[in-house]
Amino acid sequence: MTLAKGKVGIISCSGEDLPEGTISRVATRLVLEKLRPDQTVTLCLPLFLAGGEDERAFARVFPTIAVDGCSKKCAEAGTKKYSGKPVATILISEVMKKYPHLKIKSREKLEPQEMELATKVAEEIAKKVDEILCKKAKK
Amino acid sequence: MKDRRVVVVPCSGIGKSLGTVGRVATYKVIERMKPEKTRTVCLALLTMGNGDALRLVRENPCIAIDGCPAQCSKKNIEVSMGKLAHNIVVTDVLRNNRSLKPEGVIELNDQGDKLAEIIAGMVSEKVDEILRKEK
Repeated sequence: MTLAKGKVGIISCSGEDLPEGTISRVATRLVLEKLRPDQTVTLCLPLFLAGGEDERAFARVFPTIAVDGCSKKCAEAGTKKYSGKPVATILISEVMKKYPHLKIKSREKLEPQEMELATKVAEEIAKKVDEILCKKAKK
Repeated sequence: MKDRRVVVVPCSGIGKSLGTVGRVATYKVIERMKPEKTRTVCLALLTMGNGDALRLVRENPCIAIDGCPAQCSKKNIEVSMGKLAHNIVVTDVLRNNRSLKPEGVIELNDQGDKLAEIIAGMVSEKVDEILRKEK
């Protein structure tokens, strides 16, 4: 893993068992690939356990945002336990409350309505990235 | 045990398209090929030592599908003292299918989906073999 400063780390829950997990994952990738490609990095959450010291240093090097599919908050808890406390957590089930018309059921390939929700989540993550980097710049 | 299922556990693999290949292969198996004989579990939940997740992998045979040689899924199942019955590393399968060029994490390209289909077929066969032996 190459460590680069001045970036925000985004850790998504793996969420294989739930549609919310896929939303979390896709939203994270939308931020990394489209919304804030130069300001963000990611790491597979289970790699904290399977990986070495480089991986575990992740949240000590980058301010991190945990993106969790459900209230078990594995991304937040896992990052805190193995690396460092995330600066912020975004919970998909909470974001969904703002958009009750967007229903989700797919775990594999997202339908247009589900992709719309993932985009909304991605926008919230991007906003949080900006806030973190802005605060950092002021210091 | 009446409701015995094989637990298919893909790595989270968010950094690479091969992680998505493993994840898509898992859904092909658990939702279409062997829905009555398989299920999955969130790997992160297992990593965090959740009681239900631990019980699931300890009481049922597991197949790990890993996107890269870090083998997070296999290692996490082993650390959790789960019953690892088989593991597949996507890079190994890709080596035998060099014409395929998987791309995309948000959405796989057609070649990535084809690789996922090949892996799903391998997992599906293994599921039958594992459950046959367990009878």
